[in-house]
Amino acid sequence: MTVAGMAPREFLTDRLMLGLVALVALVLGMPSLKPLFATLYPGLDRPLYEAESFVRLTLDHMALVGVSSLAAILLGGGAGIAVTRPWGREFRGLLETVATMGQTFPPVAVLALAVPVMGFGSEPALIALTLYALLPVVENTVAGLDGVPAPVLDSARGLGMGPAEVLFRVELPLAAPVILAGVRTAVIINVGTAAIASTVGAKTLGLPIIVGLNGSNQAYVIQGALIVAALAVVIDAGFDRLAGWLTRWSQR
Amino acid sequence: MIEFERVTKRFGSWTAVDAVSFTVAEGEFRVLIGPSGSGKSTVLRMINRLIPADEGAIRIDGEDIASLKPEELRRRMGYVIQSVGLFPHWTVERNIATVPGLLGWPRARIRDRVTELLELLNLDPRRYRSAYPHQLSGGQQQRVGVARALAAEPRILLMDEPFSALDPITRASLQTELSAIHRRTGTTVVFVTHDMDEALRLGDSIAVMDHGRLIQCASPLDILTRPASPLVRDLVGREEWGLKRLAVETVGDRARRQESTTGEPLAAETPLHRALSEMVARGTERLPVVDGDGRPAGVLHLSDLVRPDAGGTA
Ligand SMILES: Nc1ncnc2c1ncn2[C@@H]1O[C@H](COP(=O)(O)OP(=O)(O)OP(=O)(O)O)[C@@H](O)[C@H]1O
Ligand SMILES: [Mg+2]
Repeated sequence: MTVAGMAPREFLTDRLMLGLVALVALVLGMPSLKPLFATLYPGLDRPLYEAESFVRLTLDHMALVGVSSLAAILLGGGAGIAVTRPWGREFRGLLETVATMGQTFPPVAVLALAVPVMGFGSEPALIALTLYALLPVVENTVAGLDGVPAPVLDSARGLGMGPAEVLFRVELPLAAPVILAGVRTAVIINVGTAAIASTVGAKTLGLPIIVGLNGSNQAYVIQGALIVAALAVVIDAGFDRLAGWLTRWSQR
Repeated sequence: MIEFERVTKRFGSWTAVDAVSFTVAEGEFRVLIGPSGSGKSTVLRMINRLIPADEGAIRIDGEDIASLKPEELRRRMGYVIQSVGLFPHWTVERNIATVPGLLGWPRARIRDRVTELLELLNLDPRRYRSAYPHQLSGGQQQRVGVARALAAEPRILLMDEPFSALDPITRASLQTELSAIHRRTGTTVVFVTHDMDEALRLGDSIAVMDHGRLIQCASPLDILTRPASPLVRDLVGREEWGLKRLAVETVGDRARRQESTTGEPLAAETPLHRALSEMVARGTERLPVVDGDGRPAGVLHLSDLVRPDAGGTA
């Protein structure tokens, strides 16, 4: 699907396309907005954040969100599957408690606790974000698998599917929409939390925001926040698209 | 052939199945009936090892099922449940193809088999092959459930109250189809129900369970005429006993072979209660009977229906 191939109306109502265009324009075009910010904030010496390029910050931000979300999906999804198997059932309460605790911690506290152990940089951020994304993934994996109707499972086993066949052909496809909703929540939360991770030295889009807040430079704050917002819109719209595909795929 | 030898199953301290022994012969249609909680489903689910037995032995064709891989055992049997349990994310075709797919049949063979089964169960393949379960009525879903169970030509068909959620008309037509399929394929069937009319209509033999025990295992006629306990008598019910009694015998069983008469003939396999209904409807006391090939097979008289030597009374 190319931009050129779309009718104007179709393009204007496509959240994903609009978001992508806005994101790319903001990331690449921020330097050319320097005169605008200079006019808006005449009192500032440096109206544009230039210590790092926005391209670099955006890519790092996305990498941090991507890696931590992937880790959360693998860990949380795996744990969610494990505690819904006969052999893992007894750990279900424990897992749910741990995942809930992970989320009741404020992100800043998790970051602050991780620093003494791991030092400054993106490692503590990665840990904090992964822990943070775990709950929605675990919760929705368990809920999704629980939601598979008992007669469907009974038939699947009764017709001679083995445990792996029941899981991959019946349970996961039927639970997929619910699991995906959990992943979506996790990723969106992480886009925001990754910004806060700049406080422990991870270079993300939070950096201009933190620097701006410390130095009373509102222009920096706005520049960082705008891109974070555009990124969140793109990811959210991307998940909408994915949910649509998934429905069609699981019915094949 | 299915053999149970003093099979017991406990859930905690509750004995759901208590030292049950029985044999289902090759090609037999066996109905399990009994009050709710009497252990019918447990017995059925022990045959395909969805529930493991605590004590005793279960043998299929002489082979102890404990020595077989559960998945392989189950793929050799069809399994149908009341709530159908079709896979909602798969088309009718893929649902029916489940077991052949697991067994690795070639695509073309699976496709032909699906077409054959849809036709067998009176579902137009062009219309329903690619439909999803939620697009079907309850009766159509249950037809697909039966087709799915029959797909890999199992020697044994296990059915747990398969038709009890259906309206009486749909249920009756599915019962007729199942009877025809059973006659044609010679599959051994174990069928759970708590509807005695359904049991009398379908079963070659009926096993009555109560509190995990097998109370009586006998032909429909013996269940009606020689109930082993008050419970069996209650399950049969006193109401319309006479009609049920007539329903388990056919016109051919009682017709006077040497005689002949005129009029629209009845087939020899028509149940006697139908014949009675015909007599009332036509205002006659004699009906001509024809055999399976349409040749005259005698005459049935109204008095033959109450012939005292042909079985007992309530
Ligand atoms: N998984 C289980 N755990 C504990 N008890 C069970 C389990 N399955 C069955 N039971 C008990 O065993 C008894 C027999 O159950 P079963 O399902 O075989 O009855 P049923 O004859 O099929 O009844 P219905 O006609 O209501 O289906 C019941 O008392 C039931 O509560
Ligand atoms: Mg039952």
